[in-house]
Amino acid sequence: MTVQDQTPAQAPAAAPAAPLTRPGPVRISVDLASYAYEPEDGAAPLFTLEATSFEVCQRELVAILGPNGSGKSTLLKLISGTLKPLSGRVQLEGLEVSRLDARTRAQRIAVVQQETSLLFPIRVWEYVQQGRHPHNRGLRFESKEDGEIAGHALAEAGAEHLRDRWMHRISGGEKQRVILARALTQQPLLLLLDEPTLHLDIAAQVDLLRRLRRLAAASMYAVVVVTHELNLAAEFADRIVLLDRGKTLRVGTPAEVYQQDLLQQVFGTLLHVDLNRRGVPKVVFSGKEA
Amino acid sequence: MRPLTPKRLFVISAALTGILLLVAVFSLKFGTRSISLVELFRILRDTAMGRSDQIDSDFRLIIFGIRLPRIVLAMIVGAALSVAGASFQALLRNPLADPYVLGVSSGAALGAILSLIVAARSPGATPFAAFVGAAAASAIVYFLGRRGGSLDSFALLLGGVVTASFLSAVIMFLMTTISGRDLRGMAFWLMGDLTTSSPIPLRWLLLVLVITIGVIYTTAADLNLLLSGEQEAMHLGVDVARVKLVVFLGASVLTGLAVSVSGAIGYVGLLVPHVMRLFFGSDYRVLIPATALGGAIAIVIADTLARTIVAPTELPVGAMTAMVGAPIFILLLRRRLS
Repeated sequence: MTVQDQTPAQAPAAAPAAPLTRPGPVRISVDLASYAYEPEDGAAPLFTLEATSFEVCQRELVAILGPNGSGKSTLLKLISGTLKPLSGRVQLEGLEVSRLDARTRAQRIAVVQQETSLLFPIRVWEYVQQGRHPHNRGLRFESKEDGEIAGHALAEAGAEHLRDRWMHRISGGEKQRVILARALTQQPLLLLLDEPTLHLDIAAQVDLLRRLRRLAAASMYAVVVVTHELNLAAEFADRIVLLDRGKTLRVGTPAEVYQQDLLQQVFGTLLHVDLNRRGVPKVVFSGKEA
Repeated sequence: MRPLTPKRLFVISAALTGILLLVAVFSLKFGTRSISLVELFRILRDTAMGRSDQIDSDFRLIIFGIRLPRIVLAMIVGAALSVAGASFQALLRNPLADPYVLGVSSGAALGAILSLIVAARSPGATPFAAFVGAAAASAIVYFLGRRGGSLDSFALLLGGVVTASFLSAVIMFLMTTISGRDLRGMAFWLMGDLTTSSPIPLRWLLLVLVITIGVIYTTAADLNLLLSGEQEAMHLGVDVARVKLVVFLGASVLTGLAVSVSGAIGYVGLLVPHVMRLFFGSDYRVLIPATALGGAIAIVIADTLARTIVAPTELPVGAMTAMVGAPIFILLLRRRLS
């Protein structure tokens, strides 16, 4: 039986959702937040994100999905406080994120970006120690405690062995772990990752998401990941936020969100959604023209 | 693993200060009239013990009247240029940035040349005119480099390079139309030279130098993060707009200060930060003091060479730094590429 022959998955009703860790209290709440770039010449504002609401709890991993230009980056910037919402609110444990100063924000939110570009060579441990920056003052000489925190973070990210290597001499997968280690060194409440699996091979992708899943559960982080990897998101995320052209189409468990018609419409290509034995949806590119 | 500790910072600074003093002593010794080390130490000892009246008046004039002020001036200029270079490299995120990349030196040269034309009889006014020119050029570049309420590294670099080339064109125009008169004085500003003693008291220059470097130094930890991008720095809690403004103003003041008293001495501001990085790493908390001391050492050596190798004729120190600096720069570049 080929994939195409199967009946489309009518996911939500039947599926026992992916095993959820019991989420803790709400960490970040996005409440009808929207954003538009300032219109030029008095034209109507160009919305890059229309009113969006969802919450992320402690120990929860939420994935933001959507095609290019759907508003994922805007949403991430709203959550990280880089942008101030045009309307609505984004709150971290009750505090308006965009009103916090950079230092306070960095003590609570760690952002992992797609790439890091370094002007001059530095060692991995130096890079990871930068995560202590928001917690120290003045010239920020690292204390013994800072060193221990950084060491612990390197271990959690699976990058202990890289400690004394040069940043520009390690592979893409290793670099991603080191960047994650720096984020953990910030000891944040919330981890935000912007397409962290980009440029990684499949083993490194799975390793990263499994690690995030474990960290969320063990260290009580709230984790938000922007990604293009539908199947990895289905496997590892507790909940999915699906965006399309600036609109939030669906928020729910992977099984609730991954409906064949919906995904086909959003991504504009033929997709087939299947459920595996554990009730986790699998998306396959169906190749054949309809 | 060798984290930066206050102790390590102190040891590095102390070692470089020691080298600087050693270099200064040798620089005092060499010159058109050579003074033996024994004599030199006797003179220094007598001075330290308050018995300067026992020193031969010729020696006193040569050492304290001529050589020492020039060495101190060289130290001030070297430290200012090198710290300005290191600052611009971080601010513009560009390893090729030097103190002159944003046109500050062209502004200073234009100010100086205008004052040579307008007020040729009062040479004391030239450094002030140069400083005004440097400040004006910095102000223009600042407004060209603003985008969305804060300084944009790319716009800054672009605005700076354009301003520099425009001002250079004006200088060329002036130099060709105003023939003969004071061409040598004008060449001074373009090449860089320490022969003219500063009309501004050295202690004032030193005070401005120390305060400005101190202000830049308060952002050292932030500059480390700025090296990996503004977004990342912001996510790690750096007030990026403020840091960029402080560093831009500080580095412009340092460049203006150096250029006003010595003209545009090349290569030091570009090279010294890179050489110090090779020795001590790229952490700005150690790089800024190391670069200040290293720059002072470099120019004192260059100036000593400039006034001794073809004595009694003196070379402009800028020619010396360029002749030594260019090969070093190529070596560094090849090392980096290999």
